[in-house]
Formats: sequence, structure tokens, C-alpha cells
Amino acid sequence: MRPSQHSSHPSRPSRPPTRLWALAALCAAQTLFMPGAQAADTTPAQQLSHWTAQAGAPAQAERGQALFNQRHGGEWSCASCHGTPPTAQGKHASTGKSIEPLAPAFNAKAFTDTAKTDKWFKRNCKDVLSRECSAQEKADVLAYLTRIKP
Amino acid sequence: MDTKTMNPHLKTTPSKHGAHPVAHAWVLRTLAGVLLTGLGLTAAHADGSRMPAKILPSYTAECAACHTAYPPGMLPARSWQRIMKGLDQHYGSDASLDAKSVTEIGQWLQTHAGTYKRVSEEPPQDRLTRSAWFERKHRQIDKAVWQLPSVKSAANCAACHTGTERGMFDDHNLKRPAGLSASQSRAWND
Repeated sequence: MRPSQHSSHPSRPSRPPTRLWALAALCAAQTLFMPGAQAADTTPAQQLSHWTAQAGAPAQAERGQALFNQRHGGEWSCASCHGTPPTAQGKHASTGKSIEPLAPAFNAKAFTDTAKTDKWFKRNCKDVLSRECSAQEKADVLAYLTRIKP
Repeated sequence: MDTKTMNPHLKTTPSKHGAHPVAHAWVLRTLAGVLLTGLGLTAAHADGSRMPAKILPSYTAECAACHTAYPPGMLPARSWQRIMKGLDQHYGSDASLDAKSVTEIGQWLQTHAGTYKRVSEEPPQDRLTRSAWFERKHRQIDKAVWQLPSVKSAANCAACHTGTERGMFDDHNLKRPAGLSASQSRAWND
């Protein structure tokens, strides 16, 4: 509901600029303080090289693709929620909540936040493989995902 | 919505009346509430959102990444406490979080827990969909409806409740999920 303040002050010239400033301040505050905002402290390429260095061996996209699409003894594969290839919106396998495309070429935000990337690797590897993924496995999956082009 | 009512700390143009914009909005809301109640509508319709006025941003960012941002008032405090202690095994999924977020979200949930329908019972497995009030509200829904691909589970409120994102669950904001049979569809008719 919008209070009808305008009608009582029809001739006040200073209101629109004040509103614009208020809006600008709100936007600035949101960008600065929204915890959900993307930190953008990494890139998919940096993630790939980081995990490749950790693994101490070259990443293999083929191996990553297989890991992504296969089930590993559990109910779900990575593809169960992200789709295959993960180039479109996915769907959470149990809740139905939509998931942004995972392949970086189709989602500019994918793998651009280190904390978020670490959090989801940990959770999702537990869900799919019942354990955390190795550095080699993460590098392989990143090699596969970054290879996917439009 | 007036931007100033959203953030009272922003510098505002002095008003001849000296009325604070927040107070102004509050008066209007109260008036609207009184009027609508007078017309036979309940307070839930006048201001139907089940969500607290201020939603913790990390609640939306973390919890609603995977599922409906359930209104905290739909579960009692003890249930939320258990849920937040067992996030690594969260209804079949690992939803573990950093300690800071767990504390922050946990406290917010405790503050706003258990106000809907005088929630006091702790439902089985702390699932709000197993609460007596939930089952009563959905007693006309055929069991098979929950299993439809367009629904997936009773926890997917947005499959039918179009106001889910705004915390609105009244009967006026309903849609029929895809795949309903004619007989199943009857529950939506009134």
C-alpha cells in the first residue's frame, strides 16, 4: 500500500531528487551488505587451476564427465539435480526448487565465490558419493564443466 | 512501497505535518486492518504474510537455496533447534553450514518460532508437513497429488501456493499443479 503523501504536497520540488538519492543509497547498501551477494573472488579457470595444483596431476574432462553423470551407490548423481549437460536450469531432486545452470558458459555466477564453491562441493559430494571429493575429482569435474560451450 | 518506509534512517525531507513516514504507514495499515476486519475478513487476509517483517538475509540465502523459505512460526522452537543441530543430515541431504551462519539462523528461528496456529506440538521428524494443522488444512488433497512430478512432496508449497515467496498461504492464492485428475482437482474448487 502506498500512502498518499504526494497529493498533500503537490508543489514540493525537492521530493524527486530525495527519492532518487534514497533509492541509490538503498541499492548501494544492498550491494555492500547483502550476505547472499556474490563475492566474485574467484573464477572457474582459477578454481580449475587451484584444484589441479592440489591434485598434483592434470585434470581430465572425460573423467569429470563420468563422475558427474554416474551414481556412486546412492540415490542421486550430480546430474539428478543439475541436469546433463548442466546448461539449463536444474531442479532439486527432492524439493523441486530450481537451480541455476552449473556450466560457467551458461551462468556467469557459477564458481565465482570461493566459500560458496567449497560449501557446495562438500555438501553435494556427501550426497552423491557419501564422502567429500578429492582434489583430483574436483579438478576433473571443473575441467568437464568449463569445457562445455554454447 | 515508499522507499522511506523501508529504511527510516535515510535522510528525509522535512514534512509540514511532522509525521514520521513509518508512523504514517502504520496508521494506514491499522486502518486498513480495521476496515477489512469489519467487512468480515480475518486479519490473515488483511496482512496475510506468515513471514516475520524482517527476514534474515542468510535465512533466504542459505535455506531457500534448496527449498521454500518456510515461515519460522510454522514449527515450534524445539523442532528448529534439532533441525539446526543436524544440518549435515537434513532430510536426506547434507546441508551443513559454517558455524557463524548456524548460530545466526538458529537464533533468528528461535526468536520467531511457533506462532502459527498456536504451534506447540513437535511434529514427527520435525516436519511441518506432519503437523496436525497442516494435515487438517490439506485433508481434501488426494495422497497421490503429493507424488506428482509437478509437486514432488508436501514440502513444495509453491507447487500450489502462488504466494509462497511472500509467505502467503491463504486459499485465494492457489493454482492447480500439472497432472491433476478430474477428481483430484475438486479440492481446488472452493
